[in-house]
Amino acid sequence: MKSAIIVFPGTNRERDMAIALERVSGRKPAMVFHRETALPAGVDLVVLPGGFSHGDYLRCGAMAAQSPIMRAVRDFAAAGGLVLGVCNGFQILTEAGLLPGALLRNATLRFLSMDCHMRVERADTPFTSHWQKGAVFRSPMAHGDGNYFCDDETLARLNGEGLVAFRYATPEGAITAAANRNGARDHIAGILSPNLRICGLMPHPEDLVDPLMGGTDGLPLFTSLLDSLATA
Amino acid sequence: MKARVTIMPKNGVLDPQGKAIGHALEGLGFSGVAEVRAGKVIELELAETDPAKAQAAAEDMARRLLANTVIESFRVELA
Repeated sequence: MKSAIIVFPGTNRERDMAIALERVSGRKPAMVFHRETALPAGVDLVVLPGGFSHGDYLRCGAMAAQSPIMRAVRDFAAAGGLVLGVCNGFQILTEAGLLPGALLRNATLRFLSMDCHMRVERADTPFTSHWQKGAVFRSPMAHGDGNYFCDDETLARLNGEGLVAFRYATPEGAITAAANRNGARDHIAGILSPNLRICGLMPHPEDLVDPLMGGTDGLPLFTSLLDSLATA
Repeated sequence: MKARVTIMPKNGVLDPQGKAIGHALEGLGFSGVAEVRAGKVIELELAETDPAKAQAAAEDMARRLLANTVIESFRVELA
């Protein structure tokens, strides 16, 4: 697995992401600055990490989505490359039009920094194959704008085509309003592109990949990716 | 010439910021405020002197960057 992490001004979770990727693959990911116009040769996974790119000016991810490197990321995605966007990375993917919908201010207007639980909605994707469908895992989250929104038509398509990857749930797996702290539409925490090669989610599984971090609940995301690339 | 782009959350899109402002107004004793919607205004100083071209350029800027048309609508006025 040769991965690249895109670093924008204001990105701050790139090192957490690098730890998770290196832990499963044994290879240090390449850090690629937003002004670059090409990805390193042979990259098979591109990750947009969390943070506050360009100070969240205008809208979260709006400036980053227009960065020079995003043209290369778009081409990479169009060629079927694997792209993961976490938190601000998810916001950037929606702003770039690589995933549908948008992330609004949390319904409570509060920045949410806490653990959440997510239910895995399908296990037959490169991002989720090391979980069972319906599995629930814990993950830290930290965002002010994580309230997923899309119109009725898009929601029907996401649900109809099975493109919801993760939903906020209780630790027991129940989908309740209380477990959906940011107010996301239909409890959506993470979604997939129609070809299942692009995934964006708000919480941070990369911050729970080592017993020293308090658990390894987020590890299956990364072992799934490694596995899908090893068998590709 | 100057263009003013007004960006508003679309109808039906939750506007928690507007809601919070509404609650604060209520707290200050202003009654009868049925709904508050909060958007933003961006002013552009354009080199273009042809109004039709300036309008078209500002609308293109709004569509591609200034507004996210998934959740926001926009209006361009020239001054």
